[in-house]
Amino acid sequence: MSAVQTLVDLLAGRRAAVDLGPRDWDGVIGVARSEAMLATLACRLEAADLPPSVAALFADQRIAAEVAQRQALWEAEMARRALREQRIEFVLLKGTAYAAAGLSCSAGRQIGDLDILVLQSDIGRAENELLAAEWEWVKPDPYDDAYYRDHMHELPPLIHKARDRMIDVHHTILPRTHRITPDALALMSDAVATGSGHAVLCPADMMCHCAAHMLADGDLQGGLRNLWDFHCLTRDFAAADPGFWGKLDARADLHGLRAPVRRAARLSRDLYGSDLPSGWDGQDPGDGRYRRRLLARDDWGRPTDFALQQAFYIRSHWLRMPPAMLARHLWTKWRTR
Amino acid sequence: MRHRTRIAVGPVQFRVGSDWPEPIAALDRLYAAYPQDDARPADATVRLFAARPWRRWLRPSVHIGGDFIVPDALPLPLSMGLLAAEMAMNLQVALGWRRHMLLHASAVAKDGRALIMSGESGSGKSTLAALLGEGDWRLMGDEFTLIDPASGDALAFPRAVSLKNAAIAEMASRVDASRLGPLLAGTPKGDIRHLIPRGNAIAAMHEPARPALLLFPRFGGEAAIEPMGEGEAFVRLTESSTNYVTLGEAGFVALTRLVRETPAFGISYPDSATGIALAEQLWAEAAR
Repeated sequence: MSAVQTLVDLLAGRRAAVDLGPRDWDGVIGVARSEAMLATLACRLEAADLPPSVAALFADQRIAAEVAQRQALWEAEMARRALREQRIEFVLLKGTAYAAAGLSCSAGRQIGDLDILVLQSDIGRAENELLAAEWEWVKPDPYDDAYYRDHMHELPPLIHKARDRMIDVHHTILPRTHRITPDALALMSDAVATGSGHAVLCPADMMCHCAAHMLADGDLQGGLRNLWDFHCLTRDFAAADPGFWGKLDARADLHGLRAPVRRAARLSRDLYGSDLPSGWDGQDPGDGRYRRRLLARDDWGRPTDFALQQAFYIRSHWLRMPPAMLARHLWTKWRTR
Repeated sequence: MRHRTRIAVGPVQFRVGSDWPEPIAALDRLYAAYPQDDARPADATVRLFAARPWRRWLRPSVHIGGDFIVPDALPLPLSMGLLAAEMAMNLQVALGWRRHMLLHASAVAKDGRALIMSGESGSGKSTLAALLGEGDWRLMGDEFTLIDPASGDALAFPRAVSLKNAAIAEMASRVDASRLGPLLAGTPKGDIRHLIPRGNAIAAMHEPARPALLLFPRFGGEAAIEPMGEGEAFVRLTESSTNYVTLGEAGFVALTRLVRETPAFGISYPDSATGIALAEQLWAEAAR
């Protein structure tokens, strides 16, 4: 069995850690690192019976993830202070939001940049306030800069001078040029407060964003981790609210994200064993390609199935912009290479 | 990967995979005396690979990768595959290891206590450690010294020592030729030749040592000793640690304790003999 399949089985609880041979761990650890899920695995197997050196490595990972999470939440606090004076409301997205809301997927989850969502009408002021608080532009290329501003769902990334941390300021959750246009105003106005005083998306919107980010806005890099988020979120939210699946359906329809949400649900059932309600629990012949793409790694952590990866890469661009614009974009990128 | 080996250095078990047999053969020779435990899972993965399939044979050049990849690291020609392997092993530890605070420093030990030497490339810390390690010291490592945040002890990471330029001839005249790796001439860091540590260093690589003296050597200029305050030693070591920031509070506590409990000096020296004499003199004073 491939290491990536073993990783998925361990996370899903289909396979017990004690059944792995010492050699199996090499691949599992390598693949989990490549997928940025080693600390997630370490948290999942905290109570498992492990070889001593694996147990020691996993303990390191859990501690490191805790430190990193504290740093990520501190970064959110820094953004709050920077935007406070102008009373700019913002909502935390992705990893930082999961941590702030204390959701189960945040155990060991790697958090890269700070992602926040503000109202479209506030985006200019938000940028000015962040620049005044010592964030600075990263993209030196004028084409890239204009591209972000004209077509993307976020500002060009900013990085903090002293802390070296990136912030992505979004005004919606998919590129402007994307075939799907989620209702950004609804995302903002229905956001909920966490115990720590930050705002995060309401449960159904959080799942919609997770699915959109994974399936509608990229080439599925980091897909196993995003799918793990989705799986854990379904568990957390369905346990807290029996009517959750119905709300999710309504919300996905509102944002035009029914297909990605349904697909994410089926994939997380197939890979991680999520419990789906009747009506969701179907099959789609297209899912096989996605499963193969998600599991395309060899035992040394290297990407495999080059053709499939390329196909998903092209698909991601195809979804993001209309054909004429895509042609112009690729032409400009190719010329400046 | 087609060719592979496993190497344990200090607390880190590496698995190394390569598209070519030569770097693996060279590693196996350098690390032949190191303990082998085939049942132990690897902590770190190193990959040596060709960027394109045909580059395995046509002007073969070795890219380094593994758990962590530095995107703009330049490939090396296959003749320097061993250097690529060593760099890749260091890189994985520098970016991935969390159990201990990593200092970019060489270290030697005597009577269960450690002399730690930190400084930029070219300061002579490697050569001094190698020379002391040939005397009545135990070589702990020439690249990284690991500090255990819980106990404050120093741990050894005794990879093969990478001797550079003039240090090669100086060591070659003192040790048996069987302990030297192949000469890698004209690398980006000049000439390099690896020295296999003495048996005592390998046998005792799991034995911790209490930090007793911190030195910041500088090769060149008159012989001089300058006592260094805790504050300056602290700042210098934060700069030489690859994981101080990521360790968060644990790193701060470990480093604060290290500089508080360990006397620190800057030394300048014109030649190795003087450097060793200064180190021995300060050690004798610190040991009192």
